[in-house]
Amino acid sequence: MSGLTLIFGLFFYVSIAIFLVGFMAKVWKYGSTPAPLKIPQTPAPVSAPGVGVRYLQEVFVFKSLFRGNKVLWLGGYLFHLGLLFVLLKHLRFFIAPTSSILSTLVKFDVYSGFILVAALIFLLILRLAIDRHFYISLASDYALLLLLIGIGGTGLLSRFWENGHVRPSVPEVKNFVAGLVTFHPASVPEHKLFLIHFSLVMLLLIYFPFSKLMHAGGVFYSPTRNQIDNPREKRWVNPWAKQVTAAAAAPAAAPVAAAEEPSEG
Amino acid sequence: MAEPPAEKTAVETVAESVINKNFKVPELIGEINVPRVEDGYRRKGVTSAIKPHMAKPAVQAKVGFPETLVDNWEEAAVKRLGELLEKYKSLQVYLDICVRCGSCTDKCQFFIGSNDPNNMPVARAELLRRVYKKYFTTEGKIFGKLAGAHRLDLNLLSDWYAYFHQCSQCRRCSVFCPYGIDTAEISMAAREIMDSIGIGQKYVNEILGKVHEIGNNLGMNPKALAATLESTEEDIEEEDGVPVKLPLDQEGADVLLVTPSADFFASPHIESLIGYAKVFHQAGISWTLSTAASEAGNFGMFIGSYTQLEKVAARVRNAIGELKPKRLVVGECGHAWRVAYSFWNTLIGPFDTLDPRYPAPQHIVEFTLDLVRRGAIKLDKSANDEFTVTFHDSCNVARGSRMGDRPGGQFTMPRELIKASCNKYVDMDPSTTMEKTFCCGGGGGLLTDEILEIRVAGAMPRMQALHAVMESDGVNFMALICAICKAQFTKVLPKYGIPMTVAGGVHQLVGRAIELGAKE
Ligand code: HEM
Ligand code: SF4
Ligand code: SF4
Ligand code: SF4
Repeated sequence: MSGLTLIFGLFFYVSIAIFLVGFMAKVWKYGSTPAPLKIPQTPAPVSAPGVGVRYLQEVFVFKSLFRGNKVLWLGGYLFHLGLLFVLLKHLRFFIAPTSSILSTLVKFDVYSGFILVAALIFLLILRLAIDRHFYISLASDYALLLLLIGIGGTGLLSRFWENGHVRPSVPEVKNFVAGLVTFHPASVPEHKLFLIHFSLVMLLLIYFPFSKLMHAGGVFYSPTRNQIDNPREKRWVNPWAKQVTAAAAAPAAAPVAAAEEPSEG
Repeated sequence: MAEPPAEKTAVETVAESVINKNFKVPELIGEINVPRVEDGYRRKGVTSAIKPHMAKPAVQAKVGFPETLVDNWEEAAVKRLGELLEKYKSLQVYLDICVRCGSCTDKCQFFIGSNDPNNMPVARAELLRRVYKKYFTTEGKIFGKLAGAHRLDLNLLSDWYAYFHQCSQCRRCSVFCPYGIDTAEISMAAREIMDSIGIGQKYVNEILGKVHEIGNNLGMNPKALAATLESTEEDIEEEDGVPVKLPLDQEGADVLLVTPSADFFASPHIESLIGYAKVFHQAGISWTLSTAASEAGNFGMFIGSYTQLEKVAARVRNAIGELKPKRLVVGECGHAWRVAYSFWNTLIGPFDTLDPRYPAPQHIVEFTLDLVRRGAIKLDKSANDEFTVTFHDSCNVARGSRMGDRPGGQFTMPRELIKASCNKYVDMDPSTTMEKTFCCGGGGGLLTDEILEIRVAGAMPRMQALHAVMESDGVNFMALICAICKAQFTKVLPKYGIPMTVAGGVHQLVGRAIELGAKE
């Protein structure tokens, strides 16, 4: 095994570990922090399936964003759609015998990478051009967009820079990735472009759990969106106020056992 | 802003404010234009000096907070923030996941009206998020200012005191946020932190003190309460010739009505009280008010204090225990209804001594509309023919509660009741009603005169929408279901050159239209 392979192999494992552990720790924290009161932003669904529908609309159509800002929605939606397809296509490096759906996707979808990068540039322009967005943007917001543009850009380049040596071949990459996944590291493709692309993705994974990218997990824990609007029908119990309630309620202490356990929210 | 001169103490710096009596009232053009954030990048905002008076030590003590800014305030504030992060999922998640997309930036009435960029919801939230990042996140610890982290210094604390009191906790921003980030939750937390280090707001904390001591926000003692109710009965009898009663502390009455204390004497609030009384009278349902629970409002919510919320709400539980009603009905008040509808069951429930056939608590609009639908009371629409009516969706009702069984009942039911009480009804621009409603500009503990400038600015979007229907349809009555909205509009309408009689209650219309006397 070459030194380069060792370095990139380790880089991969460390990044993946930080990403997975960090992501799960954050989500665990979101999930385990109590929601003392019912605060759904109404009009809200009055049943659990209703909340499911609300989420489908938020996650697959970005409904609230659409209401809030159509231009931003267009940029944001195209970016995430592009990202989704690009990620799906990357599966071909991980799944051993490429499935037929995947190969069809790879064959026919030649646009998603472009859409991804174009949308990111559009989002960057919005940040710079709209006075309000410029005011609220932080250095880290720009850095993240640039990082993603870097990833998308190097990815696209590796697809089109055909001339012999520059373009890493799919089998080579696949071999390397398969090695990583099965813990039998195969040698890393020694293409500068690939190495840059790969490194940037690893940086993104490391940064992910510590950044606003956690919206991908956090959105599901937003009490204004995930709570059922039924406070009168079903008593919501605040887990940390039991003692207080019992103390304040001299005559009619709440029969807590009979009440709803706060499972959602 | 430069460091304050040495002779000023920290608490004076935070409290330092400018009261500009001759501020410019926005011009009424019937449209809501989003202002441009001018030049300055991270400049000191134009409204940073508009601050409410600070609570005096005695008031702070009464509500159980440190009397003045504690010495180790930065440390104490960070500690409190840490505690709140463990207790509130909303705070934890919302401080973490905002992507600064900008969708909320043009949605807050205080930004639209004041053009101060710190009143953009996300910018307001960043004031707290900076401190969160600094002390609680790896990103902030490593990248510092680049990631928006900042320590809580005196300048920032001063901005907290200004801008977290320029948020009416109306939740409009949350509607347009892809993750439902609710800046109201964040400003509640910020206020709770400020209270915990000894800087409270005079208006809200004085009122909380009065509730604990006397039983209602207006500090009206039981004797005075009984006296006003009696004189109101006389007024009704004089006007309508019908002995409509306003019973107080009647044990065993069917309905306990809990209503904002402003209804007992403020104008136009009292007109709605008369309306409720006539409804009960004509429906033949026995009811009572309570001295113990002579206040529906719960200012504990405004300062984010669970303890205060619970303590104020406990008065209602006590009244139920004492008077043993079968039903619990709440009068016209926005934030009171949010607390009652969404929180009471948690805070003081379960209501197992009440009749399970009725929702507990029930809104007075639900109560009256049910009677109208069943024909148990009759309304003569022509009694309100002098009015062309529109309806202001109070934000706490619109975005923090429900009426009836279906989502959105809080929009349809008041409208149905209004339309049953009058012949001419028009809605305002749909981008300013229902869940997109703008706040009146006085909610969330802002209803105090030293910050009138920001209240007038915050009312601007609503004023524009109202002005538009006044011009196009001759609207001359804006029906309300919130005590704060009523007080705010009576104050602010004249500033915009609109007569204050345009603001009134829904039950004011009902009270005028109801046919009293023997039922056929
Ligand atoms: C559950 C899955 C996800 C949902 C529902 C979601 C939703 C959203 C929404 C609604 C926005 C705001 C609109 C915008 O600014 O574009 C946004 C922003 C963003 N998302 Fe996601 N997202 C998800 C997953 C991801 C993932 C996996 C990434 C990883 C790279 C990502 C990266 C970003 C970035 C970088 C922004 C900010 C764009 C900017 O700075 O303008 N998202 N997301
Ligand atoms: S809409 Fe939500 S995510 Fe976007 S900037 Fe505002 S608070 Fe942040
Ligand atoms: S809750 Fe209302 S007042 Fe507060 S920031 Fe959001 S829109 Fe503005
Ligand atoms: S006073 Fe009325 S409009 Fe203002 S916050 Fe309260 S309910 Fe909303």
